[in-house]
Amino acid sequence: MNFMATDYIVGIDLGTTNSLVAYMQGDSPVVIPGEDGLNLVPSVVALDEKNQIIVGNAARKYLIETPERAVYSIKRLMGRGLEDVQDELKLFPFQLADDLQPGEVLRIKIGERTYTPPEISALVLRQLKRNAERFFGAPVTQAVITVPAYFNDAQRQATKDAGRIAGLNVLRLVNEPTAASLAYGLDKKKNGIVVVYDLGGGTFDISILKLHDGIFEVIATNGDTHLGGDDIDNLLISIALDDIRGDVGLDMRRNGEVVARIRKAVIEAKIALSSQPSAKLDVDLPNGKRYQREITLEVFERMIQSIVGRTVGPCKQALKDAGLKPEQIDEVVLVGGSTRIPAVRRLVEDLFQREPRTDLNPDEVVALGAAVQAHILGGGSEVTQDMLLLDVTPLSLGIEVAGGVTDKIILRNSTVPASATQYYTTQVDGQTNVAIHVLQGERELARDCRSLARFDLKGVPPMPAGLPRIEVKFLIDANGILRVSAREQRSGQEAEIDVQPSYGLTDEQVENMLLESYDNAEEDFRQRQVIEARREADTILTALVKAKIDYAWQELGNDERRNVEALEKSLIAVKDGDDYHAIRDGIDKLNEATLRLAELMMDTAVSTALKGKAMDDADMQEGPEAGHPMAKADFE
Amino acid sequence: MRAVHFCNACGKVQPPVPVDYFTFFGFPRKLNLDTAALEKEFYALSRKLHPDVFGQADDQERAWSLEQSSRLNDAYRALKDPIKRTEYLLKLEGIELEEQSKQATEKARATGELKKQVVPPDLLEEVFELNLQLEELRMQKKMGEDDPALIEEISLAKLALEEKHDALLHELKTQWSEWDKIMDARENEGTESGRRRILDQMVDVLNRRNYLRNLVRDVNEVLVN
Repeated sequence: MNFMATDYIVGIDLGTTNSLVAYMQGDSPVVIPGEDGLNLVPSVVALDEKNQIIVGNAARKYLIETPERAVYSIKRLMGRGLEDVQDELKLFPFQLADDLQPGEVLRIKIGERTYTPPEISALVLRQLKRNAERFFGAPVTQAVITVPAYFNDAQRQATKDAGRIAGLNVLRLVNEPTAASLAYGLDKKKNGIVVVYDLGGGTFDISILKLHDGIFEVIATNGDTHLGGDDIDNLLISIALDDIRGDVGLDMRRNGEVVARIRKAVIEAKIALSSQPSAKLDVDLPNGKRYQREITLEVFERMIQSIVGRTVGPCKQALKDAGLKPEQIDEVVLVGGSTRIPAVRRLVEDLFQREPRTDLNPDEVVALGAAVQAHILGGGSEVTQDMLLLDVTPLSLGIEVAGGVTDKIILRNSTVPASATQYYTTQVDGQTNVAIHVLQGERELARDCRSLARFDLKGVPPMPAGLPRIEVKFLIDANGILRVSAREQRSGQEAEIDVQPSYGLTDEQVENMLLESYDNAEEDFRQRQVIEARREADTILTALVKAKIDYAWQELGNDERRNVEALEKSLIAVKDGDDYHAIRDGIDKLNEATLRLAELMMDTAVSTALKGKAMDDADMQEGPEAGHPMAKADFE
Repeated sequence: MRAVHFCNACGKVQPPVPVDYFTFFGFPRKLNLDTAALEKEFYALSRKLHPDVFGQADDQERAWSLEQSSRLNDAYRALKDPIKRTEYLLKLEGIELEEQSKQATEKARATGELKKQVVPPDLLEEVFELNLQLEELRMQKKMGEDDPALIEEISLAKLALEEKHDALLHELKTQWSEWDKIMDARENEGTESGRRRILDQMVDVLNRRNYLRNLVRDVNEVLVN
């Protein structure tokens, strides 16, 4: 493996329940497993008893044992404010920081510490980053991260912030269903209309794409960023809690540990019901009591009908926006773990009047698609050279105008990048500031739309009211994130824009968070690399010292010996320094120069062995551990 | 001629040139437009201008690509839809179609007054009658009553409106062809007044069409709810 030449760009699916990292291996994307050999990294973050951060599978046990020191489904809180998570707080055991101020970015308590949702997501991302680095044996600093297609600007920005905090340069945010279509369309160069129905742990997306000679053009998208398997779990949990109150006479709603156990049990039952006609719930309760119930598939499907049914509206709206009828759809692709539920499959089949494709692993396909997009952004190769994603913005962008009305300037389902230019003027003589309120959403009134940010245009040259003509350009980039620039046209002055994001971290805040984790992680990795390389250098140098007393050494030409000794000296000179690349380079050069020496020694060793001498005497007992040419004497 | 979007010698993306959307695609300023050709050109330009193609380029090229591809997408959106295309052409010709209605909307909302919408004279009687019926149906629905005869009547009226709407689109297409003829004979000095006349006609058709569309939408809302 080459350690230096390639900068790996990975694709990451940062999911509500599970996260994955993948990369393009030759012509096909593959998922990179963690140290435990598993592809899925649960999006769970916990603090152990020593306040060490634990992420993934290892963190899951804390959900049950010390639920107050663990957090899951944090994606639900990304880019959201205190006032719009009230429902979430009733259903999820999120503990908000006690000193949280209104308007502040949410902070969640884990043990005695508090973290913002982007920081918690960053911890998951960092784990994935480390998994990839372990796999490649090289640092990973660039990534493509997927987001639900229906994520708004604030949720996207929060995801990008999480990437930055984790020490990743986020080259692109890709919509999850679109990423899935990339993985799906990679080997089938076909044209047609494809629907991606993506029901995951916490989010639902529907995207309709037109595939045309490698162009993946999204025609319409819709969804619900708070609809997924979590909602099914929560419903089952609340039914179980009601049962327990009624049958056993215990109110367990405030008992975090019991709720966590019920949660585990209902998830297992839910999964079992995708392949069995019934499943049992069996949960230990305090005072030696227990809760037992059998759920049949029929009862289960009736219970979840209202949740699954919520996906119908977005599907119909997307079809309408695309101007398509179900019979015009060529293929329906299922993505997300919740599409394993038979009732969901039936619903999709009814809606689109065709049997959905289920041959792709619904848990992995998004990450695989992200890897394909990462590969394209990295310059691509023959297999991806014709591929291009044309995605859309899921929500209309608007400006608040007089009377609290939203004036839409970029409509939903517009291909991104997309832009709109608006002109503003002043109301009062000499006015130098103009305030703009940017909104996202489909509703008429500003108060019903999502407030994205308030922009304060500053530095407008003082002029009589109505005379300045300020051109404000709104641009939604390929990540679906808004950028704004302004210019006063009469004076040609660039107006300064002061952005107050309605939800989200400021650049400075991100910067501070990043200094804590990012730098350390990078430094850690660099040091580890140097230490490993130094160890390898020592091994090869020791072996060389021994080789020099071998007959083989004498058989080399003078020039060859001089060359080896020169390289030996330069490796000794750099090996105790901190320059990984220099050490690596020294090792590689010395390895190459001693190739023939190693071969000669092999011959000697073999002939010595043939002469009946013990291997010990052939001076090979300290065969170096590292896999360089001097160690070629491995007798298989 | 199409505007220059990238350097022919080195293939690098160039900063956007301020041209109209027709020129951006290299199309004449005509309204009968081959949408298949437009789509083909859109895909071809996307392959050259989209930010994904510049993943590894320097900051300047990436910034230009972002600007160029947003412009490409804006242009494609404006031209592929027949109504938006007509509206865009009118704007290019110096007619702000929306201005009046938008200001009226804002003013109406700010003052709380009902917006006065100008009813096309030939629809006056029909619309008056329909509005009465809609009001009646709304009341009935509120009371939980059901009057199939009234619904039938409204549905028929809606059908008539939709036919009128389609007829307007047809009318618009003949105006397109007239406009395109004028564009073909552009050097001819005598066309200025004809040009103005046809533009005014299109404004009139679009206004009536928008009015009808909103009306049909209102009717649908009442019928569905």
